[in-house]
Amino acid sequence: MARAAFFVLAALATGSALGLILKKNAIHGALFLVVNLGSIAVLYLMLGAEFLAAAQVIVYAGAIMVLFVFAIMVLIPGKEETGPDPRRAYRLLALPLGAALLLLLGGVVAGRLGAPAAAGAAGDAGALGRLLFTRYLFPFEVTSVLLLAAMVGVLLLARRGA
Amino acid sequence: MIADLGIAFGRVAFVMMFVLNLGGILTWVERKQSAIMQDRIGANRASIFGLRLLGLFHPLADAIKMLTKEDFRPARADRFLFGLAPFVSVFFALVAFASIPFGDTLRVAGREIPLQAVTLNVGILYVFAMLSLGVYGVMMAGWSSANNYALLGGQRAAALMISAEIAIGASIMGVVMVYGSLDMMDIVRGQGTLLWGWLPAWGIVTQPLAFVLFLTAGIAATKRIPFDMPEGESEIIGYFVEYSGMKFGMFAMADFLETVVIAGMTTSLFLGGWQVPYLAAEGFRFPGGAAWALPHLVVVPLQVGAFVGKVCAVIFFMMLVRWTLPRFRYDQAMRLGWLGLFPLSVLNIVLTGLLLLAWGAA
Repeated sequence: MARAAFFVLAALATGSALGLILKKNAIHGALFLVVNLGSIAVLYLMLGAEFLAAAQVIVYAGAIMVLFVFAIMVLIPGKEETGPDPRRAYRLLALPLGAALLLLLGGVVAGRLGAPAAAGAAGDAGALGRLLFTRYLFPFEVTSVLLLAAMVGVLLLARRGA
Repeated sequence: MIADLGIAFGRVAFVMMFVLNLGGILTWVERKQSAIMQDRIGANRASIFGLRLLGLFHPLADAIKMLTKEDFRPARADRFLFGLAPFVSVFFALVAFASIPFGDTLRVAGREIPLQAVTLNVGILYVFAMLSLGVYGVMMAGWSSANNYALLGGQRAAALMISAEIAIGASIMGVVMVYGSLDMMDIVRGQGTLLWGWLPAWGIVTQPLAFVLFLTAGIAATKRIPFDMPEGESEIIGYFVEYSGMKFGMFAMADFLETVVIAGMTTSLFLGGWQVPYLAAEGFRFPGGAAWALPHLVVVPLQVGAFVGKVCAVIFFMMLVRWTLPRFRYDQAMRLGWLGLFPLSVLNIVLTGLLLLAWGAA
């Protein structure tokens, strides 16, 4: 039962990821990404990571992707206005870079296949919070500085335009 | 095994029927309440064999009318998304209620049945997540209609929902901090204690600021007056302008369902959920020392009744607001969301944290 659900979800996640990169229409692509994020969230749920699943849906599917779709709707109103990509040359770079990333990820996953699952209740928000503020405090704070820097940058750009 | 499946099915069916039927009746309540507020008689013509029942058949007549109307689709519309959008809207509004508890654990024949459709230890986040996904239906409708007015409506809806949801998310954090759990059942249980021996520790007492912020943002999230700028039915035309028949009806239904969900959340987080004041598991225990023992099978229906009553009261209040206030201008709503509700919610989190620390130290 769980195994069957996993394969259905894996197919959904892979299919929607393919849809994201293969669809010419930007809105369709973005909606495929939403489906992808949602199916990953259900995979988290099946692993017992309830908090992570909820956070994934709220932050990525519910907030970031809404902004993405919003921006696409503002910038590309009609389907016929999306012309050929002016930076076609860059797309050739995607192939070797993608292959390198695939090798790297494959190596990491293959190295971990036999390892036992991480201990602790991942679904418990309290345990997660404790870990974030003790063991992973430094990366956590660095991430917040990174987000702050991005926000300041956006403000600067918006001001320059005005 | 069969009994377990039956119980699970019953829990889901109760919640679904409750939300769906309440949403349907709300179309009648909306007409009748506005009629009373405006000194009119209101809908009273639909009848079955001359039986009118105060116009209660009007939702039924509406449904039949919408189902039999032509289902029109603009020629340039995006076929798939145009058809999918109303279903997305209704689906997420309908499933959001699943982790809101409508009663305490029911003990029958040696079984313990938690009275909520799904037990989730991050229940409050689940409701919030489902509410935040509902906006996709609206945006898809606006974009796929190939109509600039619809597109504008969809964009307004997206901007409104984001600014409301930020405030909703930040204002429920205070409640989570006070009751120390993300599980809605635990939060409602926590509201059963008494402060100073007589005051029920409901969220509205412990988190008054969050209550006001949550209800305001919640009304905004339902996209209804005074926050109906996605549709603005009196002068602008909204994201569903190209929809007809039951697909149009589904968007209206999603708004009503969201009203029920927001009312259910307000009840569970701030009004004690299924708690009846001074009613403990074994009966009433009044502050003066008086007690009135009640059997378990009386206590639980009382609590479920209290939950339903509170939800109806909150909906009544939301309808009062809807028929009292004029619409906010788009920029006013944005300013209210980002410069009013959000900073105040953050302030509420800081204040709650400080008070909890002081309380713990004392």
